[in-house]
Amino acid sequence: MMEIKTDDYQVWCDKQEENTVVVNCAGSLRLGGMEEYQPIVQLLNESIEADPETAVLDLTQLEFLNSSGISMLSKFVIRVRHKKSIQMVVKGSKKIPWQGKSLKNLQRLMPSLTLEWE
Amino acid sequence: MGIQDWSFSRGQPIWKEISMTETFGEYDNDIQPSDEYLVVGFSPSSIPLKQRWRNSGLSADFLADYLTTFFPVDESKPGTVDRQAEVKSAVGYIANELLENAMKFSDDRLSHPISIRLQLHTDRLIFVTTNTIPLEKVSGFQAYIKRLTTEDPQELYIERLEKTATEEHPTTSGLGYLTMINDYHAQLGWKFEHLETEADDGQLQKTVAVTTMVQLVVSS
Repeated sequence: MMEIKTDDYQVWCDKQEENTVVVNCAGSLRLGGMEEYQPIVQLLNESIEADPETAVLDLTQLEFLNSSGISMLSKFVIRVRHKKSIQMVVKGSKKIPWQGKSLKNLQRLMPSLTLEWE
Repeated sequence: MGIQDWSFSRGQPIWKEISMTETFGEYDNDIQPSDEYLVVGFSPSSIPLKQRWRNSGLSADFLADYLTTFFPVDESKPGTVDRQAEVKSAVGYIANELLENAMKFSDDRLSHPISIRLQLHTDRLIFVTTNTIPLEKVSGFQAYIKRLTTEDPQELYIERLEKTATEEHPTTSGLGYLTMINDYHAQLGWKFEHLETEADDGQLQKTVAVTTMVQLVVSS
């Protein structure tokens, strides 16, 4: 299991069942630009290295994300799209307003992506 | 004379405007001041960037929290809970992006302050940030503003994302303004002022101050 944990945020990846990886992001992510997001980018990329059938991005506990963070997630979605074989699922929360506004953009980058709300 | 004394006592140089100001986008010079406002100021050269970054997050959260007072929750109206959460989230996001930009682009060599002002009007919130920008960065920034104000923001958004996805080391995502426009339906405007001041050693220093205005319509 891979994990990055600070006082403000937590990103971790676990294999839920065979052929499915789940990456969770929680807390408040507002790092200073793409450079500082690099460790998280690496975790995301490693999570799909073994070509799972399904990749789940669970954001239901991610309260805040700045635009550099949006860029990072978008970049990940494009990477999954390029792999062609992976089904992508993004889980969002209706209780967190920014997600209702911005997560639909991920679907525009990858139309086959499934957005699940809770 | 009074102003000069005040400036001197604060140790701040006096910046003089040296040419016509330029405005872009929906910059409204005639906006009436509102009675409800909050201003937060920083001196960019006083603390390291890392620490400033933390400050911009804290300030954005504070502005968002502060504003909830004006969007009270009314138990008998269920919609008011969501509205308060919406406004708080939008203010937190926009203020944070504006401050991140101000911190990132501000000309560190100068002691010109960075400020963010949040004004509450009956039908809208207005954010106004001011910071300097190094002269050599002005034309690139104005070229980007031109794209923001003339092209389809949805298409530009996708284009920027696809572009950063293929760059090995993208330095800036360029998405802050676009998310404000597309996801928050905010109106953006910019004002550029060319300034100069006399430094301690008598040399003339020149800079450009950028004022960014973001208007966010809110239902009351």
